[in-house]
Order: sequence, then structure tokens, then C-alpha cells
Amino acid sequence: MDTPFAITLPVGTSRANHTGSWRVERPVYVDRLPPCNNACPAGENIQGWLYAAESGDYESAWRTLIEDNPLPAIMGRVCFHPCETTCNRVRVDEAVGINAVERFLGDTAIAHGWSLPGPGADTGTHVLVVGSGPAGLSATYHLRRLGHRVTLVDGAAQLGGMMRYGIPAYRLPRAVLDAEIARIIDLGVEVKLNHRVDDVEAERVEGHFDAVFLAVGAQIGRRVSVPAGDSSRIIDAVNFLHAVADDDPPLLGRRVVVYGGGDTAFDAARTAKRLGATDAVIVYRRNREKMPASAEEFEQALGEGVTMRWLSTVSSFEGDRLMVEKMALNADGFPEPTGEFEELDADALLLALGQDTDLSLLEGHPEVTIDHGVVQVAPSMMTGLAGVFAGGDATPADRTATVAVGHGKRAARGIDDYLNGRKTILPPKHDLAAFENLNTWYYADAPRTRRPELEKVRRQGTFDEVIQGLTEENALFEARRCMSCGNCFECDNCFGVCPDNAVVKLENNRYEFNYDFCKGCAICVAECPCGAIQMVPEKI
Amino acid sequence: MTRRPIRFYQVGSFAVGNRLLEDEERTVQSDAKRTNSIDSGHRACQGCGEALGARYALDAAMRATNGQLAVVNATGCLEVFSTPYPETSWRIAWLHSLFGNAPAVATGVAAAMRVKGRDVRVIGQAGDGGTVDIGFGALSGMFERNDDVLFICYDNEGYMNTGVQRSAATPPAARTATTEVVGPHPGNVFGQGKDLPRIAMAHDVSYVATATVADLHDLEAKVDKAMSLHGARYLHILVPCPLGWGSASSDTIHLARLAAESGLFPVFEAEHGVVTSVTPIRRRVRVEEYLRRQKRYAHLFATEPATDVIARLQAMADANVARYHLVNDETANSDLEA
Repeated sequence: MDTPFAITLPVGTSRANHTGSWRVERPVYVDRLPPCNNACPAGENIQGWLYAAESGDYESAWRTLIEDNPLPAIMGRVCFHPCETTCNRVRVDEAVGINAVERFLGDTAIAHGWSLPGPGADTGTHVLVVGSGPAGLSATYHLRRLGHRVTLVDGAAQLGGMMRYGIPAYRLPRAVLDAEIARIIDLGVEVKLNHRVDDVEAERVEGHFDAVFLAVGAQIGRRVSVPAGDSSRIIDAVNFLHAVADDDPPLLGRRVVVYGGGDTAFDAARTAKRLGATDAVIVYRRNREKMPASAEEFEQALGEGVTMRWLSTVSSFEGDRLMVEKMALNADGFPEPTGEFEELDADALLLALGQDTDLSLLEGHPEVTIDHGVVQVAPSMMTGLAGVFAGGDATPADRTATVAVGHGKRAARGIDDYLNGRKTILPPKHDLAAFENLNTWYYADAPRTRRPELEKVRRQGTFDEVIQGLTEENALFEARRCMSCGNCFECDNCFGVCPDNAVVKLENNRYEFNYDFCKGCAICVAECPCGAIQMVPEKI
Repeated sequence: MTRRPIRFYQVGSFAVGNRLLEDEERTVQSDAKRTNSIDSGHRACQGCGEALGARYALDAAMRATNGQLAVVNATGCLEVFSTPYPETSWRIAWLHSLFGNAPAVATGVAAAMRVKGRDVRVIGQAGDGGTVDIGFGALSGMFERNDDVLFICYDNEGYMNTGVQRSAATPPAARTATTEVVGPHPGNVFGQGKDLPRIAMAHDVSYVATATVADLHDLEAKVDKAMSLHGARYLHILVPCPLGWGSASSDTIHLARLAAESGLFPVFEAEHGVVTSVTPIRRRVRVEEYLRRQKRYAHLFATEPATDVIARLQAMADANVARYHLVNDETANSDLEA
């Protein structure tokens, strides 16, 4: 080597100096579980579909969404959106309006006539789905995608279960419901309506079904004994809403009292108002804090003139005189009678005190455990009876449409495992993307876009939809408010902030570390807005 | 204004890039084909703010000059860690002479280029020691003669390479090897040191600006602006030093951000001695939040917190806020474009 006097090495690039050897920890890219995804009872990849929506590619956003939930336009209206409650953005300004964007995607899909992905290759197996509510429809969709033949039966005259017969049209327009159901049936599903299943085993044998999914819901309104005169009109809220859905509403009169504090009570009161009641009073035995109904439903009802009578129980109903007893909460928060009574004028009393499940179709099978009126199931959603699965309101869980959709998906996978002789193993969950993992400096402040509500006056007498959708511009804005918690959204920060140029930007806009030079300073971790990089110890 | 209003809500304009931004709205640093003026394998400490600041500024200057750039470097960390013979990290035309003469050498390079009729722009650069102390006479002369050089000071507030000694840019109360935590007034004294951006402004040069490694868009816009002008120009970049400040290596950018958001380091630009724009504070913090993360201020937070000293540092921040109008009612907590 020919070098100048006293020089022993030629001049070269510092790339010969692999500074990666200084490192004791290394950064790695991770996908953490965003809190919205974690909270979604239907198991939607919310961050994933918002990511696609951010670029304005609504079809691909919708396609990501329906991987898990085939009913986005419905869920965008009726879901109580626990995703928004847990959204990390709450601590920056306000939660992302996930539910509104979901509805926008669902409506856009209907408007464009996007169809669901076709059924999987035929497996030759045949599954009976009993009940066409959200659980049954979800299971049907996922089973078809897995290639199983499905026969869907329902005791009612139309498909949809409680989405049709429980949720009023001003919350869920029937055109939307019909469109999303039709899309699933178009996957090739045999449908039997007005078909009640009395004995699941007999039905299974007769139809040569390889497996059964029970999604029979909770259709029986719970009764309470109210001493009442012959002329007093006491109607079950579930039956009332069913009759309204059948376009055959009973006469209620002008003054209607609803007894209960769940969403059904509010649906009944708001429906009564729309049918012409001047007074709709909800009598509830506990207070606002203890009430199970959703805050949105409560506020909308108040806005429509529904009034509340807290801490009260109905004690008798004679003629048009309804007697209520005042209650007081004891130290444990339970209501106790006070002996103080009050009279209300009422033409009808609607009972909305919860619903029970009719499980008579499972009678005679001691291996099936029924506890507290619901069927106990394994993580695969299988009951004690081999090959018979159950989900939705008939099983122990929160009774919401979204939970039912999640059950349907899980049961479909459980059935697929069962039919293929596999043991069901639930996939492990990623670490949660906590707020502490984020660097929120990088997110500009931007309050959420609200869905406009129909003007009160306009909605009082009609079943027009109360909440209107987002415009495209607003939906895009809202989607872009997503902080992409725990998942890279290609902001180039790691690539930019590395003092050692040890982050390589790849062709697909993703990145990788060059561990030859990464000194392990962790600036990339600190400055990653969404917490998608983690330091892990080096093996030394 | 170098700051753009934010039109994109997911990350505003604070992140380096974003897949949804047009190319021209992204930073030079987001470009996979950036120069990488200072290459991998340099021997700066983990989390070095100066290596980062130098790459930010020089990559932007390389783009602004279409690669027609020569850089003259004073002695200091930046020179030592980038060029231990036989290696060099520089991927640009780069020249090192002495600790005190970088501005004069840069003047000479600019003159040579002019004589040769070549359109090559010149940057002189140094740490705070080479700028505010050792090279100050040469720098003042360069300003006074209005030589066609952009001089960049990477300010890490001390002589870090030689073992963390005090410079005239070391802030009051900070511990260094020459301002130990002893005696009645531990750490560096109050009332001394030089505010070089203001001294530069007093020379009436065409452009003076400050920036930090925490606001890349702002920094790059200032380099662009400086390279669009001729004559003597000065850019002062705050570059936190994990070694000298006793901070976590991962905290480098965060500390630069807190220095600006507390008001201790005002971010502004000036033309011909007049402040023309400031980068307003977005989320103002008290100085404690900045000081607490650095071991050089640990003595202020001992069992008996030195509330009087902290109050004096807060007063300095408040004075900056007042002098540069850093808190703007119209921009405070409002990232949205009207």
C-alpha cells in the first residue's frame, strides 16, 4: 500500500466504522394494538380502515372493514362505539368520530353498489343458522366466505331480527338494513322465513346439517306484575316496537308512560312520540348515573321532549291513573321504596324491563348449560352439545348488535375449526398502544366533525333518520384525525431524526434499521408520533 | 413567515414527511435521495444533536445550491467525530483548518471561487466555542466585510469534545467541568456570556436566524432563505448534547423543543438588524420542565430546590417571550388554518 510518510492507512469512508457495536438496545418496528381495535366487539381493524380512508381510497377502506364486519352502514348507525370511548385522541382534543366514518363508508358502499367478496371454495359442509339478527347474519357471511353452505332460518316474516323489529326506523332506515342484508344473501344463502325451530337436534338431523349456529336473540319482554284495571293498556315494549316495524302500531293514546331505563325504553318513548303521543314519560327506578341507556340516546330523547321520572317504580295502573312510588338509593346504590306515592295521567304503559331468551329449542340436552337464562359457550362459541354453537343475546355478553356481529365471526371460525377437526386457538393479542407510547406533539389540534342532527321540529312526527351522515370532505377530515396508534403511517420521522442515518427508507414507503450503524440512541422511538417503534435489549 | 399554516390534520407540518403530503411540502430529510452530508459511521455520541443539526442544515443547503457548495469547519466535536484519520464522514466538499480561523478561511474560499468565476456557495461552521469564543474575532471581521458566507453555529452550550467546559454560550446555573457545583452560587454564573444572534444583528448583516433540531421545517426554510441571499449571513442552531447536558440520548429533540417552548431559546429571523418573524410558542411550558431532564441542572432540584435560581431562569425565558413576542394570541393552541 502506497501511503504518505507516517501514514499507515488510506483515507476512506467512515462507513468502515460499524458504530452499531456500541449498542446495548436495538429499535424494532412493532404493530401495537390500537385501543379502538381492542375495544371493538366486532373485532374490526379500525386503525387499518381509517388508514385507507385517509388517502381517500374509500373502497379499500370499506374492504378492510368488511373483513370483520359485513354491516358497516348499520353499525355506523346503531353501534354504541366503545372504540370512541377508548380513543387516545380523547386526551389530545376529542375522540375520532369513528362511528361516523364507518357509516360514511357503509353508505358509500351501498351508493356505489360494491359487493362483498365472493364465497370461498365449496367445502361440501352445510351449516344451519337459526336467527337472522346481527349474529346470524355475521356468521352466515363468514361461513360463506369459508366455503360452507348455509341455510338461514328465522321465525319472523323478514330478515334482520332485532335490527328490524327492535330498532326504530329513525335510527336505522329500512333501506339501509335491506341493502346490507341483501348483499349477504347474494353470497348464495338458502333462506327460510316464518320458520320456527322447536328442537335443534331434530332440525339438524332432518336437514343433514354438519353444524348449527343458534342466534335466537332475546325476544321475550320481561314482565312485572302491575296491579291493573281491565281497561288499562299495558303493552310490552318489545312487542310494541315489533308491531310498529310491521306497520301495525297499536293505539296508545296521548299520554304514554314507559317503564325501564335501557335503550329499549328510549326507543319505545321516542317511537310513541312519533306516533302522536303528547306526553312520553320514562319511569326509572334508579338515577341517571345508574341508567344503562346510552348517553346519546338519552340526550336525543330529551331533545325530542321525552321526560324523565327518576327514582320511581310503577305500583299500579287503574283506568288512566298510574301510581308511582318514589325510591331512594341506599348506601350500596340500590333503590329502596320510600312509601311516598304520586299519581300520573296515562293512557298506556309500555314495559321495557329487559328481555329474556327463548331457549326451548335446546330442551332435553343436559350437556347444554343454561345459566341466568343464557347458554354457556366455549371460546369457540360451541355449546355443550357438539356441533351446536350459539352467540348474540342468547349467550352471556353485553346485548348489543356489535357484540352479536363479533360473536357471529367468532362462531364461524369456531365452526370451521370444528368441521376441519381443529382445536380453536384464539390468536394472541399485540401489546396495547397506550397513550404513553405516543408523541402527540406531531398531531395538529383539530376538533371532531359532528354529524348534524335533524332539526327537532322536523323529526318529532316522522320516522326520518335523526342523525345525518358526514359529507365526503368531513369524513376525510375525520379519518385524518386518526393518530394511527401503534401502527406506522409513514410520516418519515424515524428516517429524518436518526443522527446516524441508520434508518433506511424502502421503496414501499416503509423503513428498516441498518444495525451496522444504529447506536441505539432511541430518538426514533421518542419521536415516533404513533409509538410503532420499541427498544429491545441486545443479547450481549 | 417561514412557518406554513397547517393544512393537513393528521400530523400537521410538524413531522418530517407523510405519505399523503405533496413532495414539495415534505422536508429534504424525508427524501430517500437526500445528500446525507455527514454519513454513517461517524463517532458522535448516541443521540448527538450536532450530527443531526449539521445534516439537516447541510442537506438543505445542498439542495438549495444544487450541490455547488463548499463547507469550512472549525475545530470542535463536529470536526473530531467526523474525521478521525483515515476515515471521513463527509460526502460534500469539506475543509478543516484551525479552531479560530474558520470564518476567515471561509472568506478565502468564497474569494477564490469568485476569482475563478465559479458559482460555488460557501458555508462556514463551528460549535459554540469556535463561534462565540475562539473564532469570534474572525467571525466579526467576516460580518463586517460582508463576505459572501453563511456561517452556521451549532450551539450545544459548551466545549463538549474536550470534556464539557464552559463557553460564552453556556447558560447560567449549568454545571460544566469549569463551573462545578460548589460554593454559594453553584454552576455557571448569571450575567455573563454572549448572545451571538443579537451580536450578529448588530453587524447589520443581511440575514440572522435561530433554529433548533426540533423544528425541521423551520430550520430548512431558514437555510433556504439564507442561501437565497448573498453577503454575510448567520444561522444559530440549538443542538442538545446528551453528554454535556446529562440528558437521555433519546431526549435530544424533545429538549430542543422544550428550550423553544419554554422561551429560553427564542426562535426568530432578522434581516438587516430587524426581527422579521418569530416562531411562536405552541404549548408553553415552565422552565422546570426543560431543566429537570438535564443532569447539568440537577443541583437545582436537590432536596432543597433552588427556587430562586429557577425563578431567575424563568425570568430570562419570560424576557425572551416579551422581547420577541413569542406568545401570539392568534396562534396559541390553534393549529388550524382560518
